[in-house]
Amino acid sequence: MASAESARAEAKRPLSPHLQIYRWTWTMAMSIFHRATAIVLYVGTVFLAFWFVSLASGPESYASAAWFFGSPIGYLLLFAYTWALMHHMLGGVRHFVWDFGQGFEPSQRFLLAKLTLVGSISLTLVIWLVALIAR
Amino acid sequence: MATRNSIRTPLARAKGLGASGGGTDHFWHHRITAVSNLLLVLPFVVIVALVAGQPYAEAVAIVSHPLAAILLALFVISVTVHMRLGMQIVIEDYVHGKGAKIAAVIANTFFAIVIGAASLFAIAKVSFGPLL
Repeated sequence: MASAESARAEAKRPLSPHLQIYRWTWTMAMSIFHRATAIVLYVGTVFLAFWFVSLASGPESYASAAWFFGSPIGYLLLFAYTWALMHHMLGGVRHFVWDFGQGFEPSQRFLLAKLTLVGSISLTLVIWLVALIAR
Repeated sequence: MATRNSIRTPLARAKGLGASGGGTDHFWHHRITAVSNLLLVLPFVVIVALVAGQPYAEAVAIVSHPLAAILLALFVISVTVHMRLGMQIVIEDYVHGKGAKIAAVIANTFFAIVIGAASLFAIAKVSFGPLL
């Protein structure tokens, strides 16, 4: 009885604010993007190793891997992976700036966060345009 | 002898390795591999773009070129070390059970080693295959 009451009292206690309460800011979003792209890149190394091993396994396995990466799903994966790679790279550069004690003023933080996203999208488009045109 | 106002022993202070026994190595290696990733990512993207869409013989010729093979191998080493360190931070942030955390950290290390070993073996086989 007493424990049931205390459990109910606990349930009514106000919770500390979590993600859905905070107003999203650029710096907050890019912080989460940095970790999210890291996890995407981590999982994506399976595809990288698969590609290397298929090349080492001979023409037939390479043909099936090439078919997969050349399919619409393969292109989508590669495009998303390119963006994740570029975004995480620029996010890392941003962390280097901070490691040297620079860029902590609010205006600088927001500029760096916006440059990370604009830069990653731009670099991804440049890489794909160059790769497709050079084909 | 001067009085110490810390329970840390002088030896522990001198070693500076902290409770983990690893000091700042995790952080430092993460930054070093971030620098090497930054240097190697452009060659990696260029090599992949060159190979994409090529027939098997062409793909093997590109990857087995010593410059390409060395750059790809260095990229694989740098990336797998970096991602292992990074994922360990994520695990330590989100996995709170002691047993689950230790298991996840070990699994993370195994994953990085499997990806690294498979990729390096494949690059070596593609490179040396025509010679052997």
